[in-house]
Amino acid sequence: MGHTLSDGLAIFVKRDCATCEMVAPVLAELAVAAADLTVYTQDDPAFPDTITGVVDDTDLEASWNHNIETVPTVIRVVDGAEVERTVGWDRNEWERITGTRTLGADLPDVRPGCGSMSVDPNKEAALDARYGGGVLTSRRVELASAEDEIEAMYDRGWSDGFPLVPPTEARVMAMLDGTTRAADEVVGLAPPTLVDCTIEKIAINAVMAGCRPEYLPVVIAAVEAALSEEFNMHGVLATTMSVGPIVVVNGPIAQRIGMNSGMNCLGQGNRANSTIGRALQLVVRNVGGGRPGEIDRSTQGNPGKYGLCFAEDEAGTPWESLAVTQGMAPDQSAVTVFCGEAPRLIADQKTRTAEGLTRSLAQAMLPAVGIRMVLGIDGMLVLSPEHMARFVDAGWTRHQFTEALLAELEQNSDDLLEGTNGIGEGLPAAFGGMTIPKFRPGGLLIAHAGGPAGLFSSVIGGWVSGPKGSIPVTRAVGT
Amino acid sequence: MAQTSSTTSTTLLDPTNEAKPTERPRVARLDSVTGRTIGLLDISKPRGDVFLNRVEERLGAMGANTIRYSKPTFARPAPVDLRHQIATECDAVIEALAD
Repeated sequence: MGHTLSDGLAIFVKRDCATCEMVAPVLAELAVAAADLTVYTQDDPAFPDTITGVVDDTDLEASWNHNIETVPTVIRVVDGAEVERTVGWDRNEWERITGTRTLGADLPDVRPGCGSMSVDPNKEAALDARYGGGVLTSRRVELASAEDEIEAMYDRGWSDGFPLVPPTEARVMAMLDGTTRAADEVVGLAPPTLVDCTIEKIAINAVMAGCRPEYLPVVIAAVEAALSEEFNMHGVLATTMSVGPIVVVNGPIAQRIGMNSGMNCLGQGNRANSTIGRALQLVVRNVGGGRPGEIDRSTQGNPGKYGLCFAEDEAGTPWESLAVTQGMAPDQSAVTVFCGEAPRLIADQKTRTAEGLTRSLAQAMLPAVGIRMVLGIDGMLVLSPEHMARFVDAGWTRHQFTEALLAELEQNSDDLLEGTNGIGEGLPAAFGGMTIPKFRPGGLLIAHAGGPAGLFSSVIGGWVSGPKGSIPVTRAVGT
Repeated sequence: MAQTSSTTSTTLLDPTNEAKPTERPRVARLDSVTGRTIGLLDISKPRGDVFLNRVEERLGAMGANTIRYSKPTFARPAPVDLRHQIATECDAVIEALAD
């Protein structure tokens, strides 16, 4: 704590409180009857005028440090530590704590107090920043009074191209309220600079992205996943392929923070979807130092690199969730981070059988990243509700669908050999005469999301998969 | 939230890693490759070997010794051991990068 109370009694009041006004004479009685009384005033140092030596706490430092929520508050202090307190006016309590008798004889026995100024919602964030801001260790950047905050952040290279929310101390302290974890806790090493990525740095970038504090645990989990060894963020950055981290959210947190798993879920319009994905990318850019033209060598990039994050629609299907297939418990909130390109539309409005639709989806997935790019990449299918309904109607489980899809994703390797049909790309000749799967084993993820109408799903092609490239990573969302 | 007025300034928290780059002096450039050992590092991208084969021929004709190395995968930074090995065994290194 940044403030110590003297031994004896500490009483916090404010003039703008009828109960405090009422007990002003009682304070005078206590000044005489009780030893070592200190009165702190929150709004007017001349109040109460019934005693001398009132402490001016108009900057609310003492009130904030001692968690004063109500005025009047009486605290008994022994050896520098609070022993007990009472709030409001209650004669029995006041007499007991102060060790006096017959206080305020002509007053009612009990009267509730008023709100302390240090918990005024309009002041709380600023006070947290001023007195609690010692937890923030990041360098302070002072902008000149004539400087435009938005332009200043652009000038410093912090932006992904869109405007940022200025990360003031008050906003960052409010964001840190969204997690129970300490600001200085290290979540991982951010490539390429491989510096410690702390909760504080994540919070600063989450503020800039436009996140609300309740999104922070999801952002933290996404950063943990992206900075894991298996995900290989360095490789994801340095590649010339048009890929970036994509975040899929499962579990109760998705609804609690208002994420979109329905109409336009892969697009714009939902604050949680848009800002969580963006916060991860800003951490990659600002903490890791991964920027286009520098370590980010992507030839063309894709719009998902502004951020791409969506929630899976779990309620709309009897199938277990993506997170469950990745090993999480069904009621566990979790994120899965997948290295992928932009989603690509799969249209099939006429097929009604489960078998036929499986084949149709597979045909649309085979060209992902290039028809001759097989075995070495991962992929994700985002199955829309109307397409999902075909499989549910047929009574297929997720496992049945996955197996059927994988079977349809096998190709005759002779069609894929380098040089065939005048196309140089492809498999070496030694791979001829085989049946080759499109994706590596374990490299196909299936998520369910989208609006209620539309026989359209999406395929998201991946990158180099497995230990030589990137593996999809799932992490639990904490607090 | 704090609003900027014409007389107050705004304090922001730095979102970056605040890292100061470490200054490392470069090794002096070779004035000749004759009799020197040049490392040839392949990052396993397509046709990197073709490029390095040709470089090796030409360096050999200039009187240099060459040692071939390769990264296990182009998708990750070179392992520390490999970097150390190249640094101890060679006077200079040529890397076949990218596409």
